[in-house]
Amino acid sequence: MIALNIHKMLKAEGGTMDLHINTAIHPGELVALYGPSGAGKTSTLRMLAGLMDPDSGTISNDDTPWFDATRKINLNPGKRKIGYVFQDYALFPNMSVRQNLQFAQKKRGNSQLISTLLDMVELTDLQDHKPATLSGGQKQRVALARALAQEPEILLLDEPLTALDPKMRLKLQEYLIRVHREFQLTTLLVTHSISEISRLANKVLVLEKGKVAREGIPSEVLLKHNVSGKFKFVGEVISLEAADLMYVVHVLVQEQPIRVIATAEEARGLKPGDQVIVASKAFNPLIYKLEA
Amino acid sequence: MIDWGPIYLTLKLALATTFVLLLVGIPLGFWLSRTRGWWKPIVETLVSMPLVLPPTVIGFYFLIAFGPENFLGSWIDKWLGIKLVFSFPGLVLASVLYSLPFMVQPIHSGLAGLPPSLLEASKLMGKSSWTTLIKVGLPNIKPSLLTGIILAFAHTVGEFGVVLMIGGSIPDKTRVASIAIYEEVEALNYGAAHTYSLLLLALAFAVLLSVYLINGGYLKRFWR
Repeated sequence: MIALNIHKMLKAEGGTMDLHINTAIHPGELVALYGPSGAGKTSTLRMLAGLMDPDSGTISNDDTPWFDATRKINLNPGKRKIGYVFQDYALFPNMSVRQNLQFAQKKRGNSQLISTLLDMVELTDLQDHKPATLSGGQKQRVALARALAQEPEILLLDEPLTALDPKMRLKLQEYLIRVHREFQLTTLLVTHSISEISRLANKVLVLEKGKVAREGIPSEVLLKHNVSGKFKFVGEVISLEAADLMYVVHVLVQEQPIRVIATAEEARGLKPGDQVIVASKAFNPLIYKLEA
Repeated sequence: MIDWGPIYLTLKLALATTFVLLLVGIPLGFWLSRTRGWWKPIVETLVSMPLVLPPTVIGFYFLIAFGPENFLGSWIDKWLGIKLVFSFPGLVLASVLYSLPFMVQPIHSGLAGLPPSLLEASKLMGKSSWTTLIKVGLPNIKPSLLTGIILAFAHTVGEFGVVLMIGGSIPDKTRVASIAIYEEVEALNYGAAHTYSLLLLALAFAVLLSVYLINGGYLKRFWR
């Protein structure tokens, strides 16, 4: 179990922000860090990894102290057994895909693991290519495979899917699910996307202005009221149109725009960009198989 | 037939200086790119001083510091058996100081320009700073390295004031091409001065051209 209780004064837009995180992460959990920009998500991840020092507090993993300000303990990042996927991927441009993975290995020689990982992220054909020749999604997969090549106990992902187009994002979520199922790594994921959280995470920490505002199971934390419908999808409002007494709300659900009729009361307070739940209670759905 | 001694000596001095500068400039540039202490601006200033200081000033202080009558100079002579004034090792040391910014600055800015995440990723893999520098830092700043090497080399070839102050003009020991030209002109041997000058001109052109060709990617198509 990772226990962290950390303080750090951060320079933020319009002054300073007191980041204070006190939480515990259990082995094998996939925890999402969610919150607006500048809430301290990335800083939390960096302090956990040892790339940034907290001003005070403690971080420990099981019985090993990683950081303790009063006892002057600060374990080297390389000894924390962390696989880290950076927002900009941080692939080494001078090395091929395979060499990137090889460099990440603690001890040389387990080329079997590297081949397995390359296979898993479907990059075996591109293993001799340099990162500069890869697409965003491919780079992302290399970064993920490289983090796993370190044989870490903990996987930290800093907005790994933000820079990708929607289709690629869905595909990479599959990879993340597969990785988590296969390696059972304790995973922390920084994300802006509610749909990503509801697909991937089994726990979510909502950060606001440097504090944990809410935490718990994603569906309970992120949905203000629990909807007991047959259908519920998380989506994003694209536009609102007044039509007679009702409103037509266009909502993007899993990259598919849909139309929802809302009363004036329901539509009040909604604006494009809002995250919403679309739920249906009374209708019987029709199912058609899609030809692959 | 001209005396090739000065040309040979110039190239030897430039090569030796560049080699020493690489050994000094890489750790120094790396350190500058990472440190944030209050002393960093002071070190940066010291490294850049030769850019603005007249070469004669460097030569003068070098002469004072390492002269045999001085403590430092006599100590080095006694314990290491090296005379640093009016000798080739002295020229190399002075040239290293004189061309220091030309090696350190490209390496420093090259390393500082790398995305910090590259070095952090390597750190998280448990690599030492040294391994990170050799395997990740330097291979990704090849253009900066090349610029540093070429500029340091070319700048040493073009040295005059420092060499004159501390080396004088001892044939085959300290009489480099730039000094030979000066002396040939003084002796009204315009022919010899022309030859040396033209050789240096061609060398400077070729060296700089190669930098632009390589860094501009013009040669890439021949390498693939």
